[in-house]
Amino acid sequence: MSTARTTRPVGPLVIDIEGVKKLYQMGAETIHALRGVSLKIHRNEYLAIMGPSGSGKSTLMNMLGCLDTPTEGHYEFNGKNVAAMVDDELADIRNREIGFVFQTFNLLPRSDALKNVELPLIYAGVPPHERRERAIHVLREVGLENRMYHKPNELSGGQRQRVAIARALVNRPSIILADEPTGNLDSQTGVEIMALFEQLYSLGNTIIVVTHEEDIAQHARRIVRLRDGLIESDKNVG
Amino acid sequence: MNTLYYEFTESLNIAFAQISAHKMRSMLTALGVIIGIVAVTLMGMAISGMDASFESSLAMLGDDVIYVQKWPWGPVEDWWNYANRPALQDAHATELNRLIESAPNTLLDVAVPVRTRSGTVKRGDSSVSGVYMAGTSEDYGRIITADFREGRLFTETEAESARAVCVLGCDVADALFPSQNAVGQMVQVKGYPFQVVGVLVRQGSFLGLFSFDTQIILPIKAFEKDFGGKTRGLEIRVKIKDKKQLEEAKDELIGLMRRVRGQLPGEKDNFSINGAEAFKEQLDPVKKGIAIAGLFVTGLALFVGAIGIMNITFVSVKERTKEIGTRKALGAKRRTILLQFLIESIAVSLIGGLIGIILSSSLGIAIGHVFPKLPVAISPALIIISLLVSAGTGILAGFAPAWGASRLDPVDALRYE
Repeated sequence: MSTARTTRPVGPLVIDIEGVKKLYQMGAETIHALRGVSLKIHRNEYLAIMGPSGSGKSTLMNMLGCLDTPTEGHYEFNGKNVAAMVDDELADIRNREIGFVFQTFNLLPRSDALKNVELPLIYAGVPPHERRERAIHVLREVGLENRMYHKPNELSGGQRQRVAIARALVNRPSIILADEPTGNLDSQTGVEIMALFEQLYSLGNTIIVVTHEEDIAQHARRIVRLRDGLIESDKNVG
Repeated sequence: MNTLYYEFTESLNIAFAQISAHKMRSMLTALGVIIGIVAVTLMGMAISGMDASFESSLAMLGDDVIYVQKWPWGPVEDWWNYANRPALQDAHATELNRLIESAPNTLLDVAVPVRTRSGTVKRGDSSVSGVYMAGTSEDYGRIITADFREGRLFTETEAESARAVCVLGCDVADALFPSQNAVGQMVQVKGYPFQVVGVLVRQGSFLGLFSFDTQIILPIKAFEKDFGGKTRGLEIRVKIKDKKQLEEAKDELIGLMRRVRGQLPGEKDNFSINGAEAFKEQLDPVKKGIAIAGLFVTGLALFVGAIGIMNITFVSVKERTKEIGTRKALGAKRRTILLQFLIESIAVSLIGGLIGIILSSSLGIAIGHVFPKLPVAISPALIIISLLVSAGTGILAGFAPAWGASRLDPVDALRYE
């Protein structure tokens, strides 16, 4: 890849997954989405999770994002046992520790960029004036200070994804979890978004990108490959 | 605590954004609530209007006057127990007044004998039939609430000497003397000549049943001389000093009447004490009827309205499944989502309620313009009740869909297209 590719020293352990299994009941059939996955992710890592469809990639991402809990196995997030948490406790972890970036951006269509970015802070109980300040700050970080009062349909795809990334950053989470972040963008815009991730990584953010595109994965410093619900390989790159 | 407050204001913003984005849909949904609230407020207005008109009629009748009569007001089943009661006479009233004057702490003011019948009053070719004739003493002036448009009541001297003088209700005076003052003129009452000494101001009617303006007041002795009736008995109207002590005054009056009539202890009263408030009991079933009909319509409309709101909230939840997933991913708790959709359904319902209140109060104002005599008014209490009822409807209707939304699995919701 390109020029100044630095790998920052890793920090303390953030995610500790041990022997995680996930079973789904589809009618009479039981689907083993994850068959025993173990994974450790530290602060300041830039990780890509890869795998063909049906490899358990999405299930693992939902698990990492605390949207779902394992059927079996151990999951600690910053030392807290996530596997035993109930819905609202998981919501709290998602709010404070995880910044989601979706393939389809998932912005609220009737709210402007600023309001979209403020949303996680509402759920965190941050007072209005501070919400505004922090939202403006992260929008500046992603280069959208001139588009703060635009609604999603007044923004380009790349700008929308920048708003979504600002929203993911605004609560200063432990990890940024991006699911196919360039999947709905043309390749030029995709490159710009990946450059933004590179910049955020160099500023000390922990980034996990889930993708099936090899050249997107190559931006990361570590690539975890899944196949049939198991980790096939886990390598540092670059 | 702060978080809940921020979630609440956020939910309010979402609700109003959602409603203004779907104005037509929201209005149609609110229609059931609008109809329900119009029904309940109109019913309330009708009932309070009846109460108000009753109160004003009661005041006209004199709400500080008790009637001593042979018969009780209202229907009686054992009429034979009353038929043999001795008739009331002038002398009873005179005796009552003597007792009242000699009692130091009496609650009673004055007792006035009144003989009544109806008859035709004529002047030349014009005549008024069905006039309510009241033969009474000069003390009548102390129990009527109306003022004199012209002239005066007859004096004690005129009453005692059975002078042929009379006071006319304004309708009688206007019919017989359309273009001149009545005072000083002569009229024929059932063929006997009487000179007019006064005319009363317009008073209106009692519940639309009985007009105070088609009456004629005569000295009781003149009434007895010309129209007889000694054997038919009369009624005694007793004015009390303080209408707040109505019950105590009644008890005192019963005691005095028993002395006047020489009744023995243990004997049943051989007279009836009647008061205008007895009419209230006759009005109650009418009010109850209106209330039941009104509540039925209201209940039905609100039920339909609630189903409509429930339906639209289900649709709204379905449409925004992905948004719910996103919000949950960003940290919305179950109660956040519950609150969001509940507030939305409450807002739709409350808007319906407000429109209903505006509709029925403008309807009330319109009715008031067309029929000035109907006292229709929307009260603050009625507004508060209507708003509470609409909010309650919103909560009941919105709860099931909002609960469902709050329980959605974030993974499934995010994947929903």
